[in-house]
Amino acid sequence: MALRIAVCVKQVPDPETPASAFNVDESVNRVVPAPGIPPVVNGFDLHAVEAALRIKDTGDAEVTVLAVGNDFVMDVMKKPLSMGADTLVLAEDPALEDLDAVGTVNVLAAMIEKTGPFDLILAGRQASDWDQAHVPLGLAERMGLPSVTLARNVEPQDGKVRVERALTDGYQVVEAPTPAVITVSNEIGEARYPTLRGIMAASRKQPERLTLDDLGLSAESLQPALSLKRLFIPESESQVEIIEGEDEADAGRKLALRLRELNLI
Amino acid sequence: MSGILVIGEVQDGAIAPVSAELLAAARKLADEGVGGGISLAVMGDDLSGVSAAQAPGADSIVLISNPALKDGGTGGYDAPVLAVAALNESKSPDVILFAKTDFGAVAGPRLAFKLGVPVAQDCIDIAVDSETGRVAVTRPVFGGNALAVYGFNGDGTQIATIRPGVFDPIEGEGSGSVEEFDASEAVSEVRSTLVETVVQQSEGVRLEDADFIISGGRGLGGPEPFEQLQELADVLGGAVGASRAACDAGWVDHSYQIGLTGKSVKPTVYLSVGISGASQHMAGLSGARNIVAINKDGDANIFKSARFGVVGDWEKVLPAFTATVRDLAG
Ligand SMILES: Cc1cc2nc3c(=O)[nH]c(=O)nc-3n(C[C@H](O)[C@H](O)[C@H](O)COP(=O)(O)OP(=O)(O)OC[C@H]3O[C@@H](n4cnc5c(N)ncnc54)[C@H](O)[C@@H]3O)c2cc1C
Ligand SMILES: Nc1ncnc2c1ncn2[C@@H]1O[C@H](COP(=O)(O)O)[C@@H](O)[C@H]1O
Repeated sequence: MALRIAVCVKQVPDPETPASAFNVDESVNRVVPAPGIPPVVNGFDLHAVEAALRIKDTGDAEVTVLAVGNDFVMDVMKKPLSMGADTLVLAEDPALEDLDAVGTVNVLAAMIEKTGPFDLILAGRQASDWDQAHVPLGLAERMGLPSVTLARNVEPQDGKVRVERALTDGYQVVEAPTPAVITVSNEIGEARYPTLRGIMAASRKQPERLTLDDLGLSAESLQPALSLKRLFIPESESQVEIIEGEDEADAGRKLALRLRELNLI
Repeated sequence: MSGILVIGEVQDGAIAPVSAELLAAARKLADEGVGGGISLAVMGDDLSGVSAAQAPGADSIVLISNPALKDGGTGGYDAPVLAVAALNESKSPDVILFAKTDFGAVAGPRLAFKLGVPVAQDCIDIAVDSETGRVAVTRPVFGGNALAVYGFNGDGTQIATIRPGVFDPIEGEGSGSVEEFDASEAVSEVRSTLVETVVQQSEGVRLEDADFIISGGRGLGGPEPFEQLQELADVLGGAVGASRAACDAGWVDHSYQIGLTGKSVKPTVYLSVGISGASQHMAGLSGARNIVAINKDGDANIFKSARFGVVGDWEKVLPAFTATVRDLAG
C-alpha cells in the first residue's frame, strides 16, 4: 500500500524582496505587498516537498499538499504539483487571512482529518513571514503525534521514521513511530526544479477546495491568542565610515590600522 | 498563578551562559512587576556540576535529574517537555522562559500547545505592559525587516523563547535555594528515540563565544578563500562564520551559518567579506558591537548596519588587511 504523505505549505511574500521595497502600514499593523513582486511558496516548505518526493522516487508513495490561507495565487501554489506532488488541497477563506499559529493548527488538523489518514506529515522548519517555527509542533501536540524538527534526511521504515535532525553543531539521528510530524530544513539540499512535463501535468490539475463549513470550523473559533500591538520597520542607527585608500589594498591596510587605533583588534 | 519559571540548559556540566542571559530577562520582568520570584529549572541525568552560584538572579534552582533527560532527552525533546509540563502543574508560574536554542525553540512551543497557551518565539525584548499587567514581547518578523510587538491575551501562562545574545547576564554569584523535582512518572511517556548525536564542532573558539569573527559569503566564490579567513581568525584568536548562501553551496558546513536560522553571535568585531547583508543574515548579529564590511558593491545592505566598510574586491582588500594585522601583532 502506498505511503501517504501530507506536506503543509504556506504562501508568503517573497523573502528576497529588497529591504527598500519592504513596507509596513503602521496604522493597521500590516505588511504592504511589494508592487510587482509575486508571493512564493515558503522556501522551507519546498524543501519539505522535496523530502516527500525523494521518498516517492524510491517507493510507493502519494503526496498531498495542504495549504491554509487567503488570496492564493494559483501559479504559485501549483509549484509543488509541478515538482511532482499528487494533489493540492486548499483551505481558502477571508477569515483565514490573519490566523495565528493556534488557528492555523486547528484548520490544518481539520484538513488532515478530512483528507487523511497520513503516515507522515511534513512541514517547513519555519514560515518566512512571521518566523515563528511552531505551527508543525502545535499540530503534532494537537493530534497527539510525535514530532521531530529540522530534518536533513527523512527515511520511512516499517511503522517508524528515521530522521537526521540538523543541530547548530552537527546532527542527531532520531526515530519516531508513525504517523509523525516532521519539519524539514534547507540542509536536506536543494529542492528540485519543476520539469516541463510536471508543469503541463500541474496545469491540468485542479486543487481541492475546503471551506470553513466543510471543515466544521467557525471563524469565531479561530481568534488569535497573541495580539499584534505594533508592527514597524526599525530605524538603522549606524553611520558607516567608509575607509578609502590609494587602491583597494591600501584601503584594507588602513582598515586594519583604524580598527587597531580604536583598540578593536 | 505566580512567579517566573526559567528553563535552563546545561553546557559542559554547568549552567549554560545562555541560561544566565535568560535570568537577566526574568529579572527585568520581576523588576517591572511580575511577582512570585524566579525559579530556574535545570534538567539532565547528572547535575552534580550545577550549583546555585552559577545562577545569579534566580531565587531558587529546581534540579530535575533523570536518565531520560540525558543530553536534552530524546531528539524530539519528549522527555524534557513532559518534565516541564509536570513542574508547571506543581508551580503554576505566570511566565515560562526558554532560550531560543536547538532545545528551547522546540520545547517552548511544544509545551505551550500541550498546555493550550500561546507562545512567542525568538523575542529580543520582553516587558510588562503597564496597562494590562500582562507580558508584551518584541520579535523580529519578515526575516528581520520589521519588528512586531505582541501582547498575551487572556490570563493563562505566558511562554516566550528569547533570542540568545540579546540580554547581558547578571554579574556575580547566585545564592538561590536548591530543591529537587521528581519527574520520573512524567518522562515515562516518551515515544521517540534518540539513536545517536554526531557533534561536528569546528576546532578552536566557538562562534557563539568568539570576540572576533570573520565571516564569508557568496562573494567569496568557492571554498578555498575560507582558508584565508581561517588564517586571519587564527591570528586574532577568533572564529570563522558564513552566510547561508556559502553553507548551502557546500563551501563550509552549516555549523558555520550565522543568522536567523543559524547562530546568533556577539563579537566585538564582526568582519563580513562578500556578504550582502540580507535581513535574515543580520538577524544573527543583534549582539555584534562593531560590524565591518568588505564588499565590492557600495549599495550592499550590509553597509546600512556597518560601522566601518571598504568598498572593493576582497581579493585585493583582505590580503593587505591580514598582512597589516600580522605586522601589528608583531
Ligand atoms: C527564512 C529564511 C531564513 C534565512 N536564514 C538565513 C541565515 O540564518 N543566515 C544567512 O546568512 N542567510 C539566511 N537566509 C538567506 C538570506 O536571505 C540571503 O539569501 C543570504 O544571506 C545571502 O548570502 P550572501 O550575502 O552570502 O549572498 P549574496 O546575497 O549573493 O551576496 C553576495 C555579496 O558578495 C558581494 N561580492 C561579490 N563578489 C565580491 C568580491 N569579489 N569582493 C567583495 N564583495 C563581493 C556582492 O556584492 C554581494 O553583496 C535566510 C532566508 C530565508 C528566506
Ligand atoms: N497557513 C499555513 N498553511 C499550511 N502550512 C502552514 C501554514 N502556516 C504554517 N505552515 C507550515 O508550518 C511551517 C512552520 O510555520 P510557522 O510556524 O508559521 O513558522 C511552515 O513552514 C509550513 O510548512
